[in-house]
Amino acid sequence: MTSAPQTLFEKVWNSHLVRPQSADLPAVLYIDLHLVHEVTSPQAFSLLRERGLKVRRPTQTLATMDHSTPTTPRGADGVIPVVDEMALKQLEVFTRNCDDFGIRMFALGTENQGIVHVIGPEQGLTQPGMTIVCGDSHTSTHGAFGALAFGIGTSEVAHVLATQCLLQNKPQTMAVRVDGGLAPGVAAKDIILAIIAKIGVGGGTGYVFEYMGSAIRGLTMEGRMTICNMSIEGGARAGMIAPDETTFNYIAGRPHAPHGADWEAALANWRALPSDDGAVFDAEVILNADELVPMITYGTNPGMGIPITGRVPDPDGLGDVSQKMALDKALRYMDLQPNQSLLGKKVDVVFVGSCTNSRISDLRDVARLINGRKIADNLRMLVVPGSQRVKAQAEAEGLHEIFKAAGAEWREAGCSMCIAMNGDELRPGQYAVSTSNRNFEGRQGKGGRTFLASPLTAAATALNGCITDPRELYMEKV
Amino acid sequence: MEAFKPFAGSMVAVPINDIDTDQIIPARYLKVTDKLGLGAACFADWRYNADGSPKADFVLNDPQYQHAQVLIGGHNFGCGSSREHAPWALLGAGFKAVISTYFADIFKNNALKNGLLPIIVDEETHRQLISLAQEDPQSQVRVDLETQTLVLPDGRAVNFPIDGFSKECLLQGVDQLGYLMNLDAQIAAYETNHTPRVTTRV
Ligand code: SF4
Repeated sequence: MTSAPQTLFEKVWNSHLVRPQSADLPAVLYIDLHLVHEVTSPQAFSLLRERGLKVRRPTQTLATMDHSTPTTPRGADGVIPVVDEMALKQLEVFTRNCDDFGIRMFALGTENQGIVHVIGPEQGLTQPGMTIVCGDSHTSTHGAFGALAFGIGTSEVAHVLATQCLLQNKPQTMAVRVDGGLAPGVAAKDIILAIIAKIGVGGGTGYVFEYMGSAIRGLTMEGRMTICNMSIEGGARAGMIAPDETTFNYIAGRPHAPHGADWEAALANWRALPSDDGAVFDAEVILNADELVPMITYGTNPGMGIPITGRVPDPDGLGDVSQKMALDKALRYMDLQPNQSLLGKKVDVVFVGSCTNSRISDLRDVARLINGRKIADNLRMLVVPGSQRVKAQAEAEGLHEIFKAAGAEWREAGCSMCIAMNGDELRPGQYAVSTSNRNFEGRQGKGGRTFLASPLTAAATALNGCITDPRELYMEKV
Repeated sequence: MEAFKPFAGSMVAVPINDIDTDQIIPARYLKVTDKLGLGAACFADWRYNADGSPKADFVLNDPQYQHAQVLIGGHNFGCGSSREHAPWALLGAGFKAVISTYFADIFKNNALKNGLLPIIVDEETHRQLISLAQEDPQSQVRVDLETQTLVLPDGRAVNFPIDGFSKECLLQGVDQLGYLMNLDAQIAAYETNHTPRVTTRV
């Protein structure tokens, strides 16, 4: 008997059902890997303690410190000092929780520590066909490997800690097809910003995306992670990409990758994961990569993006009253005018970092552009590697010397100015070009204003001190 | 969690689209290790000036709306970060229900697990409710989860959707962890048939 063609999502979903969904009960989904960080877990551990429960599978759980940790340079003793008392207390509680419940944890400053969505793939723990969750919406990042990975709330963190399972209603699927090739100076980040600009921040609500097409196939794993990372900014909880040779090559040899006969067996399973011919999706979006230019956001959500050569939209041009109000509000917050070009707009800070763009290839992209040059006067540039391993790799390649010589700050690993919980923040009114994923009001510091863009655009902007199309510089350098 | 009982309450409208959870509770308030005290920080950056004084023109600071129990947001309420601190903050600020035309998935899940009812209405009803709340701060709606109805001040009743399982949990005031714990045998059976894909140990 041949079964109906299935999507990648359906294959992963079906193979993790402890119990399928019924008319009045949600599915019970088994979770292969649970990632935990300090900010969204304390109340979950408290609930376990209240009820006298254990962590069901500590060996399928991994913890790291990232969100509220400082990224300031180490002291003479090699220790990164935590000066914020509340953050310090939260980290202490976290350490105690991981100790008491037997969970392996990458502590601040240790060799494997880093942003939760950077360390999973880096360790080889993120593998095709798995279910992966974390109390963090950018868990969608791991979908780049063909895993079903999504963010959960703290109540659900407690569910997974205690039972290794989640109650879930089956989402719908959306095919996101990107064909063509990227022009020089255009990056994976530009693809996802263009997709979100097209569908809006609520466009993917209720769906799991599967990204496909020749442009996606042509990306490195790091580029694919950048894309899946921002699925949530389009409203989708998860985004997936079918695994292929690029995926397998990335995983091979990593600390937790399968070895020997296990590797061969894993490969055989992974090769069966891609969506079958004729598999049906509930919706479809299409983008042509050939026509893509670098993207930048102008507003206060990631859907408010334009080609860098474009103009800020005019609220008067919108028919829908609520959309007009939202755009008005955003432009007032950003202090921008309708129909204005963003090219040449002065910025105060450039932030290179976050789980979207803090991996080694992102740092190499930035270094290539700024090598031998100086960043603009009066501009602050932070380069924050996604993990201690990324940091070590960058230093082995001498990238940190390029950043420092240019006048940028080279920092310890963490979320940093992506969420501004650790003292790395914009001052009210400041403008930043940021490689992170959210330009919400106050996201990078109360009153701060964020333009989201690719690492290449960030680097070009840092050199000129104003928003710059990276294609100009890119052509000179390569 | 307390059982969700029918109630009648006044409304306040913040009719802005795509309200993200960073606005509902800014990240700097996430260094807590419990759920207490978040109500005071709910919508902090829209509510307070830099010196901590309330912004007079923000509706949640209007004394006429101090006792509102129903918040009406714009389309796509609760997008962005997965922080469950968002429903904790809204509950702490005195809200029992939030109305929108649709909610971001994670926010909706989080709200349902904490006894904050996300009520989805059609665009016409949504517009009508916003006008009602803005014109008359005293106007009340009645929320009945059992019958899944929202009764408008003019007596019109509109139905709202909710998945049956979440509804039962809310009505009984039980959380879902207990339910999952009872599935131990089924989970164990799954684990017997599936070797773990990875181990986080070295
Ligand atoms: S880098 Fe930013 S988006 Fe990513 S996990 Fe950290 S805070 Fe969240």
